[in-house]
Amino acid sequence: MAAIYSLYIINKSGGLIFYKDYGSAGRMDTNDSLRVASLWHSMHAISQQLSPTVGCLGIELLEADTFDLHCFQSLTGTKLFVVCEPGTQHMEGLLKVIYELYTDYVLKNPFYEMEMPIRCELFDINLSQAIQKDRVALLGR
Amino acid sequence: MIGAGKIKQYSNVLDKPLSKGKQEVSSSAFAFLFSELVQYNQTQVDNIAELERRLEDAGYAVGARVLELLCHRDKNGFTCETTFNMFYLDHVSIQEIASLMSSNCNFCCGIFDLLNFEANRETEGKLDCWVSCLLYTAQCGKCYFGKVADSLEKGTEHEDEYMISEKELLVNRFISIPKDMGTFNCGAFVAGIVRGVLDGAGFPAVVTAHFVPMEGQHRPRTTILIKFGEEVLRREARLEHGNFNDLVKAIIATPVDVKYTISFLHSSYDLSHE
Repeated sequence: MAAIYSLYIINKSGGLIFYKDYGSAGRMDTNDSLRVASLWHSMHAISQQLSPTVGCLGIELLEADTFDLHCFQSLTGTKLFVVCEPGTQHMEGLLKVIYELYTDYVLKNPFYEMEMPIRCELFDINLSQAIQKDRVALLGR
Repeated sequence: MIGAGKIKQYSNVLDKPLSKGKQEVSSSAFAFLFSELVQYNQTQVDNIAELERRLEDAGYAVGARVLELLCHRDKNGFTCETTFNMFYLDHVSIQEIASLMSSNCNFCCGIFDLLNFEANRETEGKLDCWVSCLLYTAQCGKCYFGKVADSLEKGTEHEDEYMISEKELLVNRFISIPKDMGTFNCGAFVAGIVRGVLDGAGFPAVVTAHFVPMEGQHRPRTTILIKFGEEVLRREARLEHGNFNDLVKAIIATPVDVKYTISFLHSSYDLSHE
């Protein structure tokens, strides 16, 4: 079972800086993932403007027939989102964990250039551990 | 004692002594600072070897200061000078040193065991300053990185080589080296600290940091390789104190997490003396 289909991190100008897919469903090539990322960025921005509630920060959850999309936006405008099976729980928590890993292993790395694609070994290792842990927790439930 | 327990009132806030404050620093703050240090130095160099050298130099300055600070903070009243003068006096037996040390400070099992080890063998040997220097370096690691080094080993190939190994060096905790930088290791900064400490204590050495791959582990560990200078070797050979190699073995066998306290004063040494 693959509860999580894919993970995206987009920078504040809508460029995809990290993409990883898990499981076989919804696999995408590089161009498609870049397109999805910038599409999501624009939709997120539009939703903020269109929202009837005051002080709306954008879409947090998009529910479709075949997937759920959970989005987390940091205060600096970096957005992380996961595409997962419909009805998957605790994705907000997972996104927070991933954000923490991003701040630790990407932002504290002197060889990372801001707003550029993430290529950090330690981030990859810790991310796959976090996702693994999440899966184990899901299976145990 | 007169005036004991009475808190002095200061009219001017500037007269007040600085509070000691917390002894710890946020690891994030340190990581960001170190990251900036690396980034800044990266803009100043055009090759990796140069970057490594600059980091080492930055560490050297820290090491020299840390040693000074630790000597100053050592409240045991057991000054460096007395220790090392003792080591170089022939008539002082190891037992005497041991008793003096234990009476003077809340003393650390490590060296005490070591001294006992020697004493039990009824040798009149002296605690080798070389070895204590290494211990002290490990101890500085505790001061600087919150923990004592994972292990301290003697090089197998050369007599004058020692290694300090760390599973996860604090400076490398959040750093992933890009593939195109090859074997570059930010531990060069730590190597610099070690070099600074050793140099300040009168043991000039060449210190380098290396990644050593570990079996069954994702991440290689970092080894700080210490190669002592020729003059140190010559001096040690001249002094030829006790069973030096036995001492080294004993130290390697002693768990490194015991607390060692030994201080140095560089003026006790005269390197030029033949």
